This record gives sequence, C-alpha cells and structure tokens, in this order.
Amino acid sequence: MLNLFDQYLPLVVFAGVAALIAGALLVAPFLVAFKAPDPEKLSAYECGFNAFDDARMKFDVRFYLVALLFIVFDLEVAFLFPWAIAFRYVGDLGFWSMIVFLAILTVGFIYEWKKGALEWD
Amino acid sequence: MDVPAFFFTLFSTVMIVSAILVIAARNPVHSVLFLILAFCNAAGLFVMLGAEFLAMILVVVYVGAIAVLFLFVVMMLDVDFTEFKQGFLQYLPIGALIGAVVLVELFLVLGNWVAGSGSVAAVTTPVPPGMTNTMALGRVLYTQYAYLFQGAALVLLTAMIGAIVLTLHHKVGVKRQNIAEQNARTPADAIEIHKVASGKGL
Repeated sequence: MLNLFDQYLPLVVFAGVAALIAGALLVAPFLVAFKAPDPEKLSAYECGFNAFDDARMKFDVRFYLVALLFIVFDLEVAFLFPWAIAFRYVGDLGFWSMIVFLAILTVGFIYEWKKGALEWD
Repeated sequence: MDVPAFFFTLFSTVMIVSAILVIAARNPVHSVLFLILAFCNAAGLFVMLGAEFLAMILVVVYVGAIAVLFLFVVMMLDVDFTEFKQGFLQYLPIGALIGAVVLVELFLVLGNWVAGSGSVAAVTTPVPPGMTNTMALGRVLYTQYAYLFQGAALVLLTAMIGAIVLTLHHKVGVKRQNIAEQNARTPADAIEIHKVASGKGL
C-alpha cells in the first residue's frame, strides 16, 4: 500500500502545486487589482446592443452525433491499452481477438464514412 | 492519521459533498461541474484500491467525454428550468409516494439479496503478484473473455449505427466538394463556345 503512495507522490505534488498556482491567480486580482465599478461597465455586453436572448437555444443534433461517435472511438482506444501492455503474453488468440474487435468497429467506421456522418454540409 | 486514511477521507468526503451538490445546485451547469469533481474523486478512490486502469479510464471516458457531453447538452438545450420548477408542490405528494415505493422495493431487494456461491471469491481475487493491474486485465480480457470482448465490439457497433440512424439527416440539394471531379475537369467540358449571330440571342 505504501509503495502505491510512493509511486503517486509526484502526482500529489503536481496537483498541489497546480492548486496553489490556480488559487493564487484566482485570489490575487481581488487583492491587488484596481477596481472602479460602474453599472455600465458591469452590464452584459453583446456587440454594443442589449442582450436580448437566452444563451440556451436549439442547436443542430449533428453536434451531438459528432460527440457520440467520439465516445465510441474513445472506448475503442481504451480497450487497446491493456492489449498493448499484455501484448507479449496473450499469444495468437489475444492478437486475433483484438484484430476481430477492430474489424467489427471498422465496419461501423466505413458505414459512417459512407453515410457522410463525418461531413458537414 | 496515516497517509492512506488521509487520502481516503479526502477523496470520499469531497466525492459525497459534490454528489450532494449535483442534485442540490440550482444551476444545471454547476451540477455537471460537480459531477466531474465526483468522477475525479472516484478515480482517486479507484487508485487507492489498486484499480489503476479503471481510474484512468474513468478520467478519460467519463470526465473527458461523457461529462463534457452532459455539459454540452445542459448548456445548449432549449429548456427553461424555471418552468420545470412550476407545479412542484402540486406534484410533490405523488412524487413522494412513488419515491417511497421505490425506496421500499430497494430495501426489500437488498435485504433478501444473497451473493452467489463463489462470486465473492471471484470478485475479490487479488491481482497476481509481480504485475500491474492493467497487465493482469490484459492477460485475461483478450483470451479467457474473448467472447465478451467481441460482444463489447458489437455493442459499440450498435451504438455507432444507432446514433447515425437516429440523428443523421442530410439536407437535400446541398452541393458538396468533390475534389477528384473538380481536378478532372477540362476546358472541353467546362467551356462551351457559341457563334452568336448579330441582333439575336442564344
């Protein structure tokens, strides 16, 4: 257990330093910056006219499609990591099972390519 | 307090507090950000359990992709959240009733639940000594569990095709670039020369 913490000590130090710097940058403006607030300066600015609409609006579902396809390939890549590490030990069966896995997903990739899901018209 | 106990307390406390804030925060964008914080702390807890691969996948897939997708939906979807809150008191009794029924059912199920013989031993099998968690996973996932692994491929394929079938609608009459066709054009098929007689149109 302690061995684990020795391994992750650099990460803890890294996270600590990152939190320290981020916190300092967050707090410093409140302490040192010159402030002269004014209602006009604090109001929302949208290219010179008053903001007239909510930021929430209907958007094209294809943004969502791109994100979904990204998640599928993200998971595909996640399966590759243990395979790469155990590559020398899994033998022919392990090799070919990964090739079949990739082939099945390549079928999907060809389908989405041919359907034009990656194009933006 | 020793080091593991300190980190366990830190991760679990932050995780529980952020999980409560996910449902308590008024702004849904803040809820998703607290969800990301909860995922990160869950990853920390997985690291402490020795499940390093799971921890890193949690960060890559859940924080990197799924939480961003949630954020995307929450920020962009055309939903008026104050309208949702209207009629809250009106629906409170029936909502509370359904919640109570589900809670009782959960208690009944969990109270009578018995782990199958050997499943506890299978779940808590320690990683063989002298290898990392990811290595241990990789050595069985692609050989011993090859069929389940191919099943995962088919599930991903279904997800991909389903997403395309449900959401992809091409606009008709859109002119796309076809570079091969454009490069293959010659003056012969691009230009037409007409002799136009004086005083007449084409």
